[in-house]
Amino acid sequence: MAVTLTPAPTPVRRPVRDRHHRGVSRWLVLALVTVGALVMLVPFAFMLLNAFKSPGDYSSGGPLSWPTEFYTRGLRTYWSEVNFPLKLWNSALIAGSVAVLGVVVSLLNAYALGVGRVRGRLWIVGLFLLANMLPQEALIYPLYYVAKEIGLYNTRLSVIIIFTVIQSAFGTYLLASVLGTFPRSLLEAAALDGAGKWTVLWRVVFPNLRPTLAVLLIFFFIWTWNEFLIPLVMLIDNQTQTIPVALASLQGDRLMDAPTTNAGALISLVPAILFFLIFQRTLARGITAGAEK
Amino acid sequence: MAVPDTVAAAPSAATPAPAPPSRRRPRGRDAAYWLYLLPGAALFLLVIGAPLVGTGYLSLTRWSGVGDPTFVGFDNYQRLLHDEVFWASFRNTVAMIVAMVVAPTLLGLLLASVLFDVIGRRFKPRTAAALRAAFYLPQVLPVVVAGIVWGWILRPDGAFNSLLDAVGLGALRHDWLGDPDTALPAVMAVMIWVQIGYPVVVFMAALQRVDPELYEAAEVDGANWLHRFRAITLPQIRPETFVVALTCTIAALKVFGPIFALTRGGPENATNVPSYFAYYTFFKKLQVGYGSAISTVLTLIIVVVAGVFIGMQARSERRDRGF
Repeated sequence: MAVTLTPAPTPVRRPVRDRHHRGVSRWLVLALVTVGALVMLVPFAFMLLNAFKSPGDYSSGGPLSWPTEFYTRGLRTYWSEVNFPLKLWNSALIAGSVAVLGVVVSLLNAYALGVGRVRGRLWIVGLFLLANMLPQEALIYPLYYVAKEIGLYNTRLSVIIIFTVIQSAFGTYLLASVLGTFPRSLLEAAALDGAGKWTVLWRVVFPNLRPTLAVLLIFFFIWTWNEFLIPLVMLIDNQTQTIPVALASLQGDRLMDAPTTNAGALISLVPAILFFLIFQRTLARGITAGAEK
Repeated sequence: MAVPDTVAAAPSAATPAPAPPSRRRPRGRDAAYWLYLLPGAALFLLVIGAPLVGTGYLSLTRWSGVGDPTFVGFDNYQRLLHDEVFWASFRNTVAMIVAMVVAPTLLGLLLASVLFDVIGRRFKPRTAAALRAAFYLPQVLPVVVAGIVWGWILRPDGAFNSLLDAVGLGALRHDWLGDPDTALPAVMAVMIWVQIGYPVVVFMAALQRVDPELYEAAEVDGANWLHRFRAITLPQIRPETFVVALTCTIAALKVFGPIFALTRGGPENATNVPSYFAYYTFFKKLQVGYGSAISTVLTLIIVVVAGVFIGMQARSERRDRGF
């Protein structure tokens, strides 16, 4: 894309004055943006400050006071009261299964659409993209009803199946475009060597696509981890709930005094922040890969 | 939308034109690829296709979820037209679009370009990266967790009121989420906080693609920051702007988790949105037919909005090529 620069109104170069001017204003800009960034972090600071207060401390000192003691019972109460390790396992099991299954289904679909170029593929890809944009309310009642009828209600499996399909709808759209430009010469060379379609998929396409698949895997995992509506409807039991649902269903409970609310939120967001730190590079790569058309 | 649909910025319609029909190809060859589509298509029909049709059908019935649905034609849609809550929920959607699309995109453009153009180039790259991470952090946590923390901050005895006291503005103390007049603006502020990181990160990635010589040439010519922003930054990152606007608009139309965690649509429907309204009608009022009609209308709106966006994007790309 060529860009035509609008000629500057004053072509006179004033390097010295300009540099001096910039020298002051750049610090001003830095200060403004830093203040903005700190404002973004204030809620996290409030949460940290209040997660380690005793209820008595909170009611006498209020939300802004420094804790008088390092109180961890709120954290421990939340941990045991909601059986946090089980919730963590539920979230990990559901998000992990969806990530793997979703990538496999996306790859199979995209192989048929991008490499196989089956008839009507543009319509099919469009349909998948649309499916990813649908509001989940448009699906939830029939899914809820059928899950109850066939005994999948309140099972992690129901949520795994549903999100495998929803995530792979997006994965299919993305991978089909990537595979549409897959080098034909590689495919033809493999075919000359007598490789069948199945072999080509796993020996040629899959290894070449591995970085993109890794990005998809991580995105599917995080998206599913953070999902709320469908798990809220499908998982009503302490045994099956995910972290966000468990936290939300405790809300309004008498157990949730302000320090416990903060302790619960703090524990609940630790896994999310850990992924972010571990996968930051991959996420950045995904974003950049997405930006290159 | 927590960690965002960033990959959505991916190649739109990058699938090349169909290969010219080749006679030498055996017929069975392409047909065999259908086998690979089979598991995905079956799952798709089962989990998305059939339920979607089911909801469409249920929207024409009266049903409490037990027994048989009674067919009532378009009664539910007639009722929607006269339902004040339904209209209120769509008015609130407009507010959500302001808070989740308009404000984050504009602020994100400004921030990304300042971070990239001023801070990234005049200070160490790590400074820009650290600031970017601060803006992105809310995008990482489950949106329900964000909702619960903010719900506490904005409570009458929450941190925000204490903060007002501490800076001598105690007279402004308020039940921010409990008062119909302030609940919607408060929810909007939270949504801006949640959303802002997504455009910042996408736009910064987009700016990395821009040839730095463009900026240098413009600077040598004496173009000030605003000129460079208008003449280089905006046109160069237009594709990403489309993607951000589309994904955020869809997210704003569908928003559910933050409303559930912050206000459950209250007080007096001041923060109700179609998504929550449908959920409430399905599972609290047990009016499945009416809930299905709400969901169907929401679905149609989303399809139309997505269609308009994608059409606009295609037209703008054609125009670019025309030059």
